[in-house]
Amino acid sequence: MTKILNMQNISKSYYMGEEEIEVLHNVNLTVSTGDFLALLGPSGSGKSTMMNIIGCLDVASSGKYLLSGHDIDELDEFELAKVRNKEVGFVFQSFQLLPRMTAMQNVELPLIYTGLSSSERKKRAQSILERIGLADKMKNLPTQLSGGQQQRVAIARALVTEPTILLADEPTGALDQKTGAQVMELFEELNRDGRTIIMITHDENIARHARRVVNILDGFLTEKEVI
Amino acid sequence: MLLESIRMSWENIITNKLRSLLTMLGIVIGVASIIALITIVQGATNSISEEVTALGVNKITVNVRGTPLKQGLSEQDMENIAQVDNISGLSPTIPGTSNIVYEGKVKENVAVQGKNEVYFQSDSSLLQSGRPINILDLESKNQVAVIGGDIAKELYYGLDPIGRDLMIHGTTYTVIGTLTSSSRFSTTSNNEAVIIPYTTALRSLGVKHISSLDVFLLDTNFADDTVTDIERVLHSTFNYKENAYSIFNMGDMIESFQSMMSIMSLLLAGIAAISLVVGGIGIMNMMLVSITERTTEIGLRKALGATPNTIQLQFIIEAIFLSIFGGLLGLIVGSLVAYIATILIGVGFSIQLSTIALALGFSAIVGIVFGYTPARKASRLNPIDALRSL
Repeated sequence: MTKILNMQNISKSYYMGEEEIEVLHNVNLTVSTGDFLALLGPSGSGKSTMMNIIGCLDVASSGKYLLSGHDIDELDEFELAKVRNKEVGFVFQSFQLLPRMTAMQNVELPLIYTGLSSSERKKRAQSILERIGLADKMKNLPTQLSGGQQQRVAIARALVTEPTILLADEPTGALDQKTGAQVMELFEELNRDGRTIIMITHDENIARHARRVVNILDGFLTEKEVI
Repeated sequence: MLLESIRMSWENIITNKLRSLLTMLGIVIGVASIIALITIVQGATNSISEEVTALGVNKITVNVRGTPLKQGLSEQDMENIAQVDNISGLSPTIPGTSNIVYEGKVKENVAVQGKNEVYFQSDSSLLQSGRPINILDLESKNQVAVIGGDIAKELYYGLDPIGRDLMIHGTTYTVIGTLTSSSRFSTTSNNEAVIIPYTTALRSLGVKHISSLDVFLLDTNFADDTVTDIERVLHSTFNYKENAYSIFNMGDMIESFQSMMSIMSLLLAGIAAISLVVGGIGIMNMMLVSITERTTEIGLRKALGATPNTIQLQFIIEAIFLSIFGGLLGLIVGSLVAYIATILIGVGFSIQLSTIALALGFSAIVGIVFGYTPARKASRLNPIDALRSL
């Protein structure tokens, strides 16, 4: 298995006025293709910061981060945007679908930034929506979809660019138990098909669906093998 | 990407119809007033220019005050002037006033002017009926007259004056034609005039010199040179006395009138442009509000791979869209206002392509200028903060 994500001695600190607060302390993390990793931690543990750095929304204060061969610390804002578009598929807690766009248009959105033609975008968005079981909801607006369906559209949007990693932030946080479980089943299924998934959560029951669980507490990572 | 941005801008405008309309109002008013003002002034300018042009742009008028020794031009002087280049013809005026009589009806103090065939050739619309004065009349000093419309009505009411007698200054003339009623703007109204061959006038009106001379040009582009040449001839004719004559170039007058009017329309447009700037500030305000509302959306788009440039482009397009859309509405409103106004004033209505281009171009510039700052702000939003704001 190839290493697609490699973090070495990553630290991140913020300034609160004069005071420097270190949120991540010399974090090391390696993810290989086909992994399903849960980053488990309570709020304030630094897991959001981890997610921002993994997703290339933010850069570390020190350390080395390699994602799919890109040296993220070396990239500027424009190159980071390209890496996000190509390598990372985001799934957010609150779905973050654009309310005035249909499911189809929402899924097409990242492909617009890839620069694909309209017909190619439609073709890809359609096939991914079909695969995820929403073939009959393509013309619906997010408000006309249930929470579970909305999250599936969001997952389709994350997958449509064929990203290296699927990065999910509390994907079941806004869903009830049953639909949450269905979303987790979908994740497991995607992982079985070879998709690399990193999931950030505070819920141990959700983390249990992953193959690897990495605990994060006060900016330190600890990993225990599961199964 | 561009098409996508335009589509998104359109959707955003449609979703916030009232707000967009109010935002655009400033631009609408600005563009409408620019279009209306320029068009109305342009229409008035054109109408007046046409009236003046009808009097002859290819004409230089020489008015002679004379000196104590030489009170006007002689026929010989006129021939000297005719030698000047670029002249197609000369039309002298012998001014006279006389009582005229037809079958006992008397009209007192009528302007009786001696003119030649060139006068009638210069403007074919001068003559309403009958025939003009021709070369034969001039050579044989015929006692013929062309009369103004008002005189025809007064002395020959209900009759066709052509072929009838007219007593001028104690001599009997034959009426050969009538004049078309002249324009309101004419400095020399012909409605109450009687025109006779100038050779006849020199002999019988008691006036011995030519007081004014219309010089018709072959090519108006060289009018200035011709004026200089005529001045030289006149200068020696009047023995280098100052103020013996004046030369009036109709083309010059129209030019200065038009340049005055175009300065005026620019001035008015400048004032109207202020409201465009105010409209631009309105757009900027709406864009800033819109960006605050759509912070999450911007963050999401960035997370999905939108570069800062893409975001900036989208918001600038939205601003340009608003301002151009407002500009188009303003164009329609302004044209309507101008159309109604020109009808009310009674001048011609014509919108120039350059006016439309100016108004739309200006509103697009307003969009770019006032959209730039909000768009830049949007492009610099930190995606983490933006996504967290929900």
